[in-house]
Amino acid sequence: MIPYILRRLATGVILAVLVTLITFWLLSFSFSGVASNILGPASSAEAVDALMDKLGLNRPVLVQYFDWFSAVLRGDFGVSYFTSESVSKAVTTRLGVTLSIVLVALVLSVIVSVFLGVLAASRAGAVDRIAQGTSLIGNLFPNLLIAIGLVVVFALNLRWLPATGFTPFSEDPRRWAASVTIPVIVLVINGVANMSAQIRGTMIGELQKDYVRTLRTRGISARSIVYRHALRNAAAPALVVLSLEFIAMFGGALIIENVFALPGFGSFAFNSSLQGDIPVIMGVTIFSVMLVVSVNLLTDVINGWLNPKARLF
Amino acid sequence: MSTEVAVLETDAIDAVSQRSSFRRLVRDPQAVITTALLLILILLGLLAPFITQHGPNESSLDAVNAEIGSPGYLLGGDQSGRDSFSRLLYSINTGAISALIGTGVACFVGLTFGLIGGYFGGRVRTTIEWIFNLIMTFPGLLLLIVLMPLTKGDFRITMLIFGVLLSPSIYRIVRNVTAGVKNELYVDAAKVAGLSTARILGRHVMPVVRGPVIISAAFLMGAAVNLQSGLAFLGVGSTEVPSFGSMIATGFLNFYVDPLQFLWPALLLGVITASLVLLGNSLRDALEGARPKAAKLGSIKVLARGAAHSEAKRDASHLLQVKDLKMEYPTPSGKPKEVLKGVSLELKAGETLGLVGESGSGKTQSAFSVLGVLPAEAIITSGSVLLEGRELLGLRERELRGIRGKEIAYIPQEPMSNLDPSFTVGSQLVEGIRTATGLSRSAAKMRALELMERVGIPNTGRTFDLYPHQISGGMAQRILIAGAVASNPRLLIADEPTTALDVTIQAEILDLLRDLQQEMGMAILLVTHNFGVVADICDRIAVMREGLIVEEGDVLDVFQHPQHPYTQKLLNSILDESNLREDLAPLVATGKEQK
Repeated sequence: MIPYILRRLATGVILAVLVTLITFWLLSFSFSGVASNILGPASSAEAVDALMDKLGLNRPVLVQYFDWFSAVLRGDFGVSYFTSESVSKAVTTRLGVTLSIVLVALVLSVIVSVFLGVLAASRAGAVDRIAQGTSLIGNLFPNLLIAIGLVVVFALNLRWLPATGFTPFSEDPRRWAASVTIPVIVLVINGVANMSAQIRGTMIGELQKDYVRTLRTRGISARSIVYRHALRNAAAPALVVLSLEFIAMFGGALIIENVFALPGFGSFAFNSSLQGDIPVIMGVTIFSVMLVVSVNLLTDVINGWLNPKARLF
Repeated sequence: MSTEVAVLETDAIDAVSQRSSFRRLVRDPQAVITTALLLILILLGLLAPFITQHGPNESSLDAVNAEIGSPGYLLGGDQSGRDSFSRLLYSINTGAISALIGTGVACFVGLTFGLIGGYFGGRVRTTIEWIFNLIMTFPGLLLLIVLMPLTKGDFRITMLIFGVLLSPSIYRIVRNVTAGVKNELYVDAAKVAGLSTARILGRHVMPVVRGPVIISAAFLMGAAVNLQSGLAFLGVGSTEVPSFGSMIATGFLNFYVDPLQFLWPALLLGVITASLVLLGNSLRDALEGARPKAAKLGSIKVLARGAAHSEAKRDASHLLQVKDLKMEYPTPSGKPKEVLKGVSLELKAGETLGLVGESGSGKTQSAFSVLGVLPAEAIITSGSVLLEGRELLGLRERELRGIRGKEIAYIPQEPMSNLDPSFTVGSQLVEGIRTATGLSRSAAKMRALELMERVGIPNTGRTFDLYPHQISGGMAQRILIAGAVASNPRLLIADEPTTALDVTIQAEILDLLRDLQQEMGMAILLVTHNFGVVADICDRIAVMREGLIVEEGDVLDVFQHPQHPYTQKLLNSILDESNLREDLAPLVATGKEQK
């Protein structure tokens, strides 16, 4: 188990190096633009060149990358060109906002999807049609439209919830809940649409397998067959969907937090990218890679626990 | 599954099925309406310069927040005084170009690498696989935002990159099909005939992947339009480019002045993405045919029970009586396929009846009817199944559950697939024993260990904690036998219990069944196609053909004086060759049934 995790972590590091190196290399084409951005539109070519020297942007790309990466290994992610804020602190604060929404939405989506998917697959008939209809509606419209629709109805017209703004959980849990309710609902609608259909399909496949028939001939109850046996076997493929859904939700959150003016990862990444704030962009990139690596690792470990054939420990 | 079937099809069949799926598509109102809607919108976008009176970026102070229907401004103006109608129509073009670039790149990259990855094995495939997994797990939207300094937010370059990010779904389809085709014999034949690799792949892979790729393309187009609007909503890209996303963003900021400004682009975007999803669903239905349907466990339709009740002849000498059992499956053509055409069987207590016949003759279906575990589509049209005089047909699942496992038990053909792969064999035995007997957990474990010992499993304590994939097929079958006889059933239904096993183990399993029968005094209904097995263990034999019992009698009588020509034919064919049979025949037969 431990050697396996270590091996996966090593792959994760290689992945992080590759992704950040490519990103850095691609960004290097816009370094002169970055300097003139900092100095403002009226800056002279000499001033831009001097600033690039000062920031070290004139050195070979690989040297710069190596400098950046060795600093990261020491835990130093640099400071923003524009705000002089520490990158690691800025990134984690913003990431926290987005993750709090995504994780809540993910947990709710899983609960609702498993419920709907299992019910649809095992009850069939009207229950199945209702579940499929629900899932289709969520698929038809982009997050953005659902978000705007909900804001218009619940925040602007009914005034039940705030339309914009964010209160950290640590300050006031109730106001935090109010500020993330609509964004979470939007993500859940989309997440349930994706995942319940997958779970339904996998469950239908499981319930048609031979072992289900044999369990029935043993007199075992439908409840045990559906929830203990079939669901357990359907869990492994569902888990793969879950990790992909996490990434999808993360992407979706980047757009919709803008609808609600939440100070999340999306608007942060967008603004720093617009300014060409290289240290922040690199910080955003490496933190995302680490996030993806951890989610995949977690999925694999849970999968090994659920599925004896994939067990590595 | 569907691709496997498709790979086996010849070109001729492929052409026919393509024509019929096209016809299905044209008849599907959902496909027709969504296609028409999309075409009309594309046309409107193309004709935008001729329809509108203002350019999309032409602003006029008079038109700032102009009302709907102002002269020259059909849908009014936005806060910069630009013509909303004009921007809306030009936005369609932006969306269409995004969809084309994104999907085009995804298809190109996915097809190319899918062919390479599917055709070459080893390191090439591993590397490609790794890269595509990487692409799939990375949040694409974030990457596009991060690369903004490079793309300058140009939606065409953005879509180019997004196309690469979308390509894994196409890659997977193509890789699977290519790998399948490569293993098909006809590719070898083509190679021998001297065709180049490229031609082989082009000729054989393309027809198969076309369907799934077209379906995916519809969904990918939706995703591309969706992402482009999302990015434009965030403000990525030039404000000069009219797009639903940027229109929604400006309209939304202006909500209190004119709530309708964001409504038009939102509506149009909704119509487009919804149409693409619905069209994709229609395409899938038309090109891939029916998908597996959900079914409630144990809901078999029984239309009419036989005359058993009226006769009221409770023949105590018979443990099992099946009378004139008729069962059918619905088919897509509407004409049901009758699988059992009036099967009658009788089995006395402690007796062994061999039910023989070729694949597809209805042996297994008869056995499942007795157990009440037919697939949900099955319809029993008439007949009766009596266990010690009690009618089983039409009983509710709950009532049947009390009979199954306790009075009737079942041993399947293929041991591996009949054990739940996620539970240890021991825990599966314990669950069955507890259900049948109501023993406590520890008592049930004791009983399970005893039974495992009895059916000849060495080292029972260790095997108890093993998972099905850790034991051999013979061991798995012994576990299933142990589970079946756990509650001393009166009737044991064994469906080709030795077919999937090695020859040496076959004999051992038959010996075990015979010994258990003598100990417990149960009757056995043995479904088999193997006359050797019948001669070995059965008292009586029933020969089945095309849903009917054509001959029945004592084993010796039937073997020595077969009456029915079909029985004679079966016996003759058996004498010529060994008892072993390859399992190819049933595969072909089921393939035909499914079509």
